[in-house]
Amino acid sequence: MESAWNSFYVAGVSVVIASAIALPLAYFTSRFNFGGTVLIQTLGIVPLIMPPFVGAVAMQLLFGTNGSLNLFLGDVFGWNIPFMEGLNGVIFVQSIHYFPFILINLSASLANIDRSMEESALSLGSSGMRLFRRIVLPLGMPGYIAGASLVFIKVFDDLGTPLLLNVNNMLAPQAYLRISSIGISDPMGYVISVILVVISLLAMYVAFLAMRGKEYSTTQKGGGGLMKRELSFKEKIGVYAIILTILSVVLSPHLALTLLSFSTIWSYSIWPDAYTIAHYTEAIGSAGHFITNTMLYAGVAATIDIILGTAIAYIVWRTGIKGRKALDYMAMSALAVPGVVLGIGYLRTFHSTNMPFTDIPLTQFWLIIIIALAIRRLPFALRACTAALQQVSIALEEAAGSLGAKKYSTIKKVVVPLMTGGILAGFVTSFATAAVELSATLMLVSAESDAPIAYGIYVFMQSAAGRGPGAALGIVAVLIVALGVYVSGRIIKNADKKNAITSDN
Amino acid sequence: MSTKQQSNSISIQNLSLSFGKTEVLKKIDLEIQAGEFFSFLGPSGSGKSTLLRAISGFGPTPSGSIKIGDDDITNLPAWRRNVGMVFQSYALWPHMSVRKNVAFGLEERKIAKKEINRLVDEALDLVSLKDLADRHPSQLSGGQQQRIALARTIVVKPRVLLLDEPLSNLDANLRVQMRRDILSLQRRLGLTTIFVTHDQEEANTISDRMAVLDDGIIQQIGSPVDLYDNPVNRFVASFLGSANIISGQIKNQQFKSSNNLTLETNIKKNKKCDLIIRPQSIDISTTKKQNKNSYQLTGQVLYFEFLGQTVRYFVEVQGHEFIIDCQHTKDKKIINNNEKVFLNITTDQILFL
Repeated sequence: MESAWNSFYVAGVSVVIASAIALPLAYFTSRFNFGGTVLIQTLGIVPLIMPPFVGAVAMQLLFGTNGSLNLFLGDVFGWNIPFMEGLNGVIFVQSIHYFPFILINLSASLANIDRSMEESALSLGSSGMRLFRRIVLPLGMPGYIAGASLVFIKVFDDLGTPLLLNVNNMLAPQAYLRISSIGISDPMGYVISVILVVISLLAMYVAFLAMRGKEYSTTQKGGGGLMKRELSFKEKIGVYAIILTILSVVLSPHLALTLLSFSTIWSYSIWPDAYTIAHYTEAIGSAGHFITNTMLYAGVAATIDIILGTAIAYIVWRTGIKGRKALDYMAMSALAVPGVVLGIGYLRTFHSTNMPFTDIPLTQFWLIIIIALAIRRLPFALRACTAALQQVSIALEEAAGSLGAKKYSTIKKVVVPLMTGGILAGFVTSFATAAVELSATLMLVSAESDAPIAYGIYVFMQSAAGRGPGAALGIVAVLIVALGVYVSGRIIKNADKKNAITSDN
Repeated sequence: MSTKQQSNSISIQNLSLSFGKTEVLKKIDLEIQAGEFFSFLGPSGSGKSTLLRAISGFGPTPSGSIKIGDDDITNLPAWRRNVGMVFQSYALWPHMSVRKNVAFGLEERKIAKKEINRLVDEALDLVSLKDLADRHPSQLSGGQQQRIALARTIVVKPRVLLLDEPLSNLDANLRVQMRRDILSLQRRLGLTTIFVTHDQEEANTISDRMAVLDDGIIQQIGSPVDLYDNPVNRFVASFLGSANIISGQIKNQQFKSSNNLTLETNIKKNKKCDLIIRPQSIDISTTKKQNKNSYQLTGQVLYFEFLGQTVRYFVEVQGHEFIIDCQHTKDKKIINNNEKVFLNITTDQILFL
């Protein structure tokens, strides 16, 4: 019960803090003209490319009781700030890691507001805060709620961060510890799983209720966004100060992780004692199989996801098959199933099933990890594929049909090629996020030789001696994800350019 | 030749179609001759595009039958109909070059590579865009995209050619040029063609015959001149150009409007009806003229619009507002507002419907 309350508290407060970070950033970029817009957009993705539990370790180094900041404060002022104590630590790490979800969604929402909405309010005598409160805020609400609910669910079901911060009295860690210590027959594990699922579903439902009938922003295409104005010099300094503060906090885990990966010893000191690249040689050498495993698992899972995603998107949006909506919900519902729960569910379902043609139980076979990852990431791929499909004008398909192409041929030669950008983006998103997924894999890894990189980092980070190589491995993971994000961004941009004429259909 | 022409007529019988509970086509009957250039004309929501799409095999399955020649295509999927459709948005595939776009239908028909190349060149030649074969659609202007869409459709030698508002995305000058080009291409190939438009000028200039649609029903079928001169109802009369329409009833060979505007007629049957006169069929003058076989009305000019080649007068006659188009030539005197005028209408210019 205490765990449930803690989980709730952490997720709720994380949403509040993430909002406090994201709101000013979103508002500044949509309202003012200044050089920082690109900076903020980049800032919006940077935290996401680091697995949160890796960030947790790094932030412990900087903000923990014996972290750089508190050592510095202790030296100079003689007092400390308990950033990382217990639940606070989890909240701190999660807010910094997940605020981009709110930033991205809210910015998109604000950018879609038709300028005439604001102008007509102005001409009717509304201005300043009133205008913001009565017009801008309600119109931006759907985006905010979408982002906030995502943050809530993500924080709620995250396993790695609390585990690494040694906070065990939350739901996800409880479920994990129950199953891993007592075994899969422990009923409490399932009770917790059910609570996790129910609350995730509830959060999604609340978001749905709040957004129902309020999708104003999407009906106004090319609205041009809010009126932008120039900032005075003083205002500029203020805005930059806020942005730079946030930026430095947000980027600190990356800095710390990088330092850690190159340092010989770093503890009880503000800066590392000395630097080395030995961790990388160790990470690549002895832990190379983590990297190859990750590539294999995430690669296969992402491939499965885009194939399923394309098929489901097509069935749902372009055919009249009965039950197609249910299929969509089913695929998307994976979003509401926390990784821990999925892991437990698989263990339970398949624990007595053997892999076909072998004597190995399915749960001990690495294939189960791929399946779990594929299911976990299917919603992401499906969303990308759906968006891509919706941009393919139906006339382009009909044209093929009227020229004698059968359905299969139309899909192969017209629909899929036109969706390429979205499909690839879906692949990369699924791949990158699957590569650093810990919640589900932690439950399902049975032999270290089969484990992916996230598991490797987790194991390394458990011991003091392993933190260096763990950090090095973390940097590798960050690079994998960053590369993925960059590549998908490029692909989407190029696809948009190439297919520019479809957009005016 | 004659047998081929024969086989490409279109016959639609008792065709109805609904989107959910809304009936958009109601018992359509239509015969289109082989080689004919036929237009569907109607306001938006009249069902004209739905009818065209039903012929090409898109949209919900209709009841009734659609035949091309002797072949019933009602239940054939689109790809087996061999019906060429040019889309309003052109629907060129952005990921394929112009050549690839045009070759697509031939490839689907498993024609030999060499032959495909020859036919594609021929089709591109026909629309005079052979030079652009290696470009991508996004590098073409609207007019060029339109031609490529046309080439892509005719290269497969469809039995009929369907054009869904193909000119609506072009600017005014290009539109006039394109419609001439389309017509000349159609004549050269002898293709049975259906052209959907909401623009009566477009339909008038290009069609052999046309059907005016409203509310899912074909209101009238005929040649453009025939429809303009002899509309069968109020809708057709007002949709094709301007018309003065006054409702009233005929009693004892006398038409009487609600405001008691009275005109003699030789129609014997008593009925409620509309009186219809085209604006250019009324002679307007400040002096009284005596003409045989014509109606004389007196009224007052409310205001006028100078349109260049014509002056449009708005004249009040017994509480009814008439519009009258008067041809304008250099220095011709314009009648001022509030001036008393005499209207002269030859009896054969009036329709009682």
